[in-house]
Amino acid sequence: MSVNGDSIIEVDQLVRRFGDRAVLDGIAFNVHRGETLVIMGGSGCGKSTLLRHMIGSMKPTAGSVKLFGEEITGMKEREIERVRLRFGMLFQSGALLASLTVGENVALPLFQHTKKSPDEIEQIVKRKLEMVGLTGFEDLKPDEISGGMKKRVGLARALALDPELLFSDEPTSGLDPIMTAVVDELTLKLTKGSHMTAVVVSHDMTSAFRIATRMIMLGHGSIVAEGTPDEIRNSLNPEVQQFIHGRADGPIPLNLSQEEHKDHQLVRPRPFLGGRFRFHHKHS
Amino acid sequence: MKNYLRLNLSLLYWIFIAPFTGQFFKVAPIFRQMVFIGVRAAPMVALTAFSVGVTLAMQAAHSLQSLGAEMYIPDLVMLTLLREMGPVLIAVIVIGRSGSAVAAELGTMKVSEEIEALEVMAINPVQYLVVPRFLAMLVMLPALTIFGNYIGIMGGWAVCRFALDFNTAGYVLRALESADTWDLYSGMIKSAVFAWIVITIACNAGLNVEGGAEGVGQATTASVVQALLAMLVTNAVLTGIFFFSA
Ligand SMILES: Nc1ncnc2c1ncn2[C@@H]1O[C@H](COP(=O)(O)OP(=O)(O)O)[C@@H](O)[C@H]1O
Ligand SMILES: [Mg+2]
Repeated sequence: MSVNGDSIIEVDQLVRRFGDRAVLDGIAFNVHRGETLVIMGGSGCGKSTLLRHMIGSMKPTAGSVKLFGEEITGMKEREIERVRLRFGMLFQSGALLASLTVGENVALPLFQHTKKSPDEIEQIVKRKLEMVGLTGFEDLKPDEISGGMKKRVGLARALALDPELLFSDEPTSGLDPIMTAVVDELTLKLTKGSHMTAVVVSHDMTSAFRIATRMIMLGHGSIVAEGTPDEIRNSLNPEVQQFIHGRADGPIPLNLSQEEHKDHQLVRPRPFLGGRFRFHHKHS
Repeated sequence: MKNYLRLNLSLLYWIFIAPFTGQFFKVAPIFRQMVFIGVRAAPMVALTAFSVGVTLAMQAAHSLQSLGAEMYIPDLVMLTLLREMGPVLIAVIVIGRSGSAVAAELGTMKVSEEIEALEVMAINPVQYLVVPRFLAMLVMLPALTIFGNYIGIMGGWAVCRFALDFNTAGYVLRALESADTWDLYSGMIKSAVFAWIVITIACNAGLNVEGGAEGVGQATTASVVQALLAMLVTNAVLTGIFFFSA
């Protein structure tokens, strides 16, 4: 097993194209055991796509992703399942199974991957749901709870197997400030003493600075800035300053047509792009 | 097509090989799907089969009476139902009702990232979602077909008993005498093959949906059309093999 300070995730020269748009264009970074890496960046800049490559549900156009020292980009389904048992993932939408209750959703990985008795599993489910502030919601269906609650159930499910590594895609969007603090405290508690490593996508700056040990800002398909929260806060890069202070004026272009918006946000502008792609309207 | 073949291979693996490596399928989800796919379709199957039985008997009466061969009406109802109409029409009902529902359900799961979430939890979607539906269909479509055959025969009886000069015993004896077990078995084999076709096409369509709610709609429609065509062509081939080649 790795010791403290080892790289748990190594991403190198990661390129991902959709058609001829390079959404990720040469991303490289490492994540060490016990760290909490926050990935920031505007909507549609490829944060979720980057996460999907790290969990092996998308294959890169080029480049490498190593988890726990193993290259996952070329792995077969069988091999990657073994790696996947070691991490949890909270999807941006929660991705709860609509046909199961909240409790069954959290219990699912336990039923599938452990030999625990139903009673033990029930206890664990109770505890995990309590951790995210959802005591007593076991028997509701996902469509009977709010978006923020789905997120938290998704988090409880991601934590069900006590993973060494947690990916969360915007865990606090849609949560009220108090619940945001609860979720942040939970992340801090779990990563304390290097028990868990976390990679969190967030554009909630309060929450990001509260939990991060290191931050990455994505833009134009590459890493615009990287550093500790203090380094990011004091960064001289005007794009970073604009983003973390949430200012409308600055180098990140806002008042654009849809076509221009895409060009600026997703790729280094290329003259021949105009009008070729359907605009994907993404809320996030 | 490549996806479809891959789904079939993976299905074969989970059904025939995985149980020997200690990964048994769970029974509860299979029963849940049997209720959904099969039991809930029973009323529609009954209505269809009864109408077809009645229709067959009336047409048979119309043609055979002019030849003075009314006594063969039960034969015609029975054989047509067991060999052709039973398996085909009940598959049509199940495609329209359960196949489309499965395609839409899996498609919705696909677009709402549920399938991806399963994979990331190291749960194989074929094992978790397709296998129970497949086994349920494989049991329920033949079962519905037997059920439908009974109801259809009752439809024929209703016409013979109330509109023609048959008595109940005469109808039943004549019907039983006309059919041999192969007529029943050939129909059962057909409906088992149809079950395979219907459920794999539906699951494949659902698992490969792209593009949101619109994609789910398109995949559902496409799966119904493809399953109907594949089923009818297969039926012609099987009839050729069973009754035309000897
Ligand atoms: N499967 C896909 N096919 C085509 N384009 C995609 C796909 N997934 C994501 N994209 C595009 O990649 C860009 C980044 O998306 P995403 O990673 O979801 O952004 P965000 O940073 O908001 O999470 C978007 O423009 C989106 O349209
Ligand atoms: Mg996103």
